[in-house]
Amino acid sequence: MSEAVKNLIIKGREIVEDAWQVLRLAEPVEGAPSIDPATVHVPEGKVIVPQKVWLVQRELLAARAAAGEIGVWIASDERPEAIKDDLSKFALIAVDFPKFTDGRGYSIAYNLRVRLGWTGELRAIGDVLRDQLFSMQRVGFDAYATRPDRSIHDALKGLSDFSETYQASVDQKLPLFRRHARVAVGANNDGAGI
Amino acid sequence: MYQYDQYDHLIVRERIAQYRDQVRRRLADELTEAEFLPLRLQNGLYMQRHAYMLRIAVPYGLLASKQMRMFAHIARKYDRGYGHFTTRQNIQFNWIELEQTPDILTDLASVEMHAIQTSGNCIRNTTTDPFAGVAADEIIDPRPYCEVLRQWSTFHPEFIALPRKFKVAVNGAVDDRAAIAVHDIGLTVVRNDAGEIGFKFMVGGGLGRTPIIGSVINEFVPWQHMLTYTEAVMRVYNQYGRRDNKYKARIKILLKALGVEEFARQVNEEWAHLKDGPETLTVEEMQRVIDFFQPPAYKQLDDSDVVAAQPGNKAFANWVNRNVKPHKVPGYAAVVLSLKKTGVPPGDATAEQMDFMADLADRYSFGELRVTHEQNIVLADVEQSQLFALWQEAKAHGLATPNIGLLTDIICCPGGDFCSLANAKSIPIAAAITERFDNLDYQHDIGEIELNISGCINACGHHHVGNIGVLGVDKDGSEWYQVSIGGAQGNHAAIGKIIGPSFSALQMPEVIDRLLQVYLRDRFEDESFADCVARIGVAPFKEFVYATPIAEKGGRLVGEDEYV
Repeated sequence: MSEAVKNLIIKGREIVEDAWQVLRLAEPVEGAPSIDPATVHVPEGKVIVPQKVWLVQRELLAARAAAGEIGVWIASDERPEAIKDDLSKFALIAVDFPKFTDGRGYSIAYNLRVRLGWTGELRAIGDVLRDQLFSMQRVGFDAYATRPDRSIHDALKGLSDFSETYQASVDQKLPLFRRHARVAVGANNDGAGI
Repeated sequence: MYQYDQYDHLIVRERIAQYRDQVRRRLADELTEAEFLPLRLQNGLYMQRHAYMLRIAVPYGLLASKQMRMFAHIARKYDRGYGHFTTRQNIQFNWIELEQTPDILTDLASVEMHAIQTSGNCIRNTTTDPFAGVAADEIIDPRPYCEVLRQWSTFHPEFIALPRKFKVAVNGAVDDRAAIAVHDIGLTVVRNDAGEIGFKFMVGGGLGRTPIIGSVINEFVPWQHMLTYTEAVMRVYNQYGRRDNKYKARIKILLKALGVEEFARQVNEEWAHLKDGPETLTVEEMQRVIDFFQPPAYKQLDDSDVVAAQPGNKAFANWVNRNVKPHKVPGYAAVVLSLKKTGVPPGDATAEQMDFMADLADRYSFGELRVTHEQNIVLADVEQSQLFALWQEAKAHGLATPNIGLLTDIICCPGGDFCSLANAKSIPIAAAITERFDNLDYQHDIGEIELNISGCINACGHHHVGNIGVLGVDKDGSEWYQVSIGGAQGNHAAIGKIIGPSFSALQMPEVIDRLLQVYLRDRFEDESFADCVARIGVAPFKEFVYATPIAEKGGRLVGEDEYV
């Protein structure tokens, strides 16, 4: 199989093949019947299902979840608290970015890691682009299904844009001021020779 | 003032490399314009009517002379020889080439400056009192807290794609000179009964389409918890702020929808998780930052009557009366250099003036300057005995117009001449009004008044809180101006009321004249325009302004009289 048709994601800092498929309840077209989370068919194999599908098909999917074949994804307008009692059942959790300008996913990830104690794979899906990866990594994501029309090798570089940060978050529990003794060095820095 | 350490330098350096590569990818078409847009906005780069505009951050309005000289350098090398100081205490350049922006940032970094988060849906430059550190009514110098907020908010990973822009202001004095009531978060330094320092948290103020005065959600947050409490506010907003309609996406709309009590409850619930966590400020960290803002080496001086020392010099007396402000240290004064000269767009300064102001700062004011949100420049630490010499120099460079706080000290956005959001031009309106009321005696007779002009509902010119506010509106493709009165900033902040149908550009000076005539007719002695409006209401003004049609020169009736 050539690389072009393989499913590649970034995991940690590696580009790896990925066997998971994401089940989406397609946006209902006006007039078309909406897809019912209760009756939608979850295909065979490793599937990341919408949170609302998990919540209504929990029993049906229990055996597959126990076999490590079920992940769940959270939409940007949903709360991860809804699945807090089921976390141990999931092989991975994904957070969807419907648009790269929708920043709710960052808070969802933070809450999953810090408040709900999720330690498994946390994957960003949807409109995931190179220039968001650094922040995503900071709030607890460790896997990124970047948008397939862009080079994933290029996107990987986004994880190392910065080597230092000011504030505490999931990746770095202490703010800069608690990690380093800080001393000004700017006094003799006299401009760009103007 | 604050000096970068190795970490500040490193972060800014890495930022430039990141941005340089983003520009490269855009030019190589690896990024679409839609994808590049939020990236360039978070770096203060707007696509304007004619060119790119670059907005550079002046953290809480404080500048070293070398930084001001860098602006002059940028104006000459990359722009058309001038720049525009903004109502967020920043500076923007209006004729910038995209390809050159990474180099501009490199130049800026050499003087510890950047353009990070000067636009976009993120936490913007924190603003404060331009007289911070020298004001006699100050409770505590707010600038160290502004700096701590700057660092915390810079590239905050969770709050970089908020529903909408987010503006914070901090006031450390009894009199609010930072317009905190019209900010997303407005902080006031307070002392509790035990004498401890904390912040009163006001949230949800703002101008724009829905002008609202902020609501206090916590009367006293101890200073140690400033960041954790701010983070709690931000997390509630990031999760629940509306994203379906950009005009309803500011935190003020969320606050209104939830109600103050419920919003405060949610913040406090969030804060319960964060309180005493790692972002809790330590005495050591606060002291480290406070040390950068120690008073300069003041001399032991006495106050003196500088006007009496120049008998018969009315021009100097006028300038001292309007442009010189009290200082907490005897023998010193704060000086406002007016960027509101007749014939010059409000807030504009040439490269030559920037270099000159930097020289003045070095020679008269310990090498520092401040940008005010009224778009003037302050030299905060001038010896009173030097005021006359300073005045003579400033006057020769067109920076001593004695109009601070007066009618022609207009707050004005760039408007339709530059800005692609504008519905109407604003600079020509300011120019026409300035020209009409150029007479200083008349201006001094009118006294304190704030005239604010915005070219569109985004309200960059703060028209809602002007004693007289002018808003450019578009009707069937032509430009009209809606007038409101009774707005105010400061401790008694208020949103102005619209007086009636809009006017044409040519009618505007006459409209202002008629408003002033009513004030002069009905005022009590020593009553300001704002107080007069508060006492007699909008009706007498409205009645008089619309009593007879307003003709253009030559007698042609214009405005809605003709429009209708």
